[in-house]
Amino acid sequence: MSLRTPMRRVLGAGSAKSGVHHWWVQRLTAVAMVPLSAWFAVSLLALPSLDRATVAAWMGQGSTALLLILLVLVAAWHSRLGLGVVVEDYVPGPGARTLTLVVVKFVHVLLAAAGVLAVLRVALGGAA
Amino acid sequence: MPDRPLSPHLSVYKLRYTMLTSGLNRITGMGLSLGLVLLVYWLVAVAGGAPSYARAARLLSHPLMKLVYAGFIIAACYHLVAGIRHLVWDTGRGLERAQSERSAWLVVIVSVVLMLLVGYGAWLATARTP
Repeated sequence: MSLRTPMRRVLGAGSAKSGVHHWWVQRLTAVAMVPLSAWFAVSLLALPSLDRATVAAWMGQGSTALLLILLVLVAAWHSRLGLGVVVEDYVPGPGARTLTLVVVKFVHVLLAAAGVLAVLRVALGGAA
Repeated sequence: MPDRPLSPHLSVYKLRYTMLTSGLNRITGMGLSLGLVLLVYWLVAVAGGAPSYARAARLLSHPLMKLVYAGFIIAACYHLVAGIRHLVWDTGRGLERAQSERSAWLVVIVSVVLMLLVGYGAWLATARTP
């Protein structure tokens, strides 16, 4: 049985080679989350205190800022892909499903941007 | 909805514990998405200065939040270990029924050990800084 659509057969077009993109990025971000989450857990628990001065000094270090930005970006990406699959599985009806997917995507872009901006403000000295 | 069975058609199969370990991976992942919201809220509060951090700290240090953090530790440890099992599956290994039943137990045992370790670390950290 051919999995190509009638339109594809008529046009003689082959695979767009993008079928595994979602699958692959979900795995890439999963692998990246292993060291990032381990680093985050260990450094958070190693902080001598969680008052603002201590946390801001920690966030201000270049290596911390870099890893926090990567953590927020990779976690947001992985979360967006994962929640997207959940929405595709359980939200009935194409209209509601598409709308939910758009909302999920927007919220994750917002979270990623807000997280990166916050880390940069502290690391670059813009925070009060 | 199309008039045909659609995945994941949960009601069709007899419940097996390998289904539970798989479903738990999804549920813990959804929970961790909320953890991301909390992480970003915390980062934004630090960037917002002392008054904004004091406001956030009142919420984040509420006694009931301890339950939320415990939930995140449990979810993160489980999702991490179960996710590594998925990555092994992705290489085509361990997909036989007996193997996946064994690895289901392994995931539960390893993630519970990890939860206890991280939980102990968190308890030590809070004991150090009340």
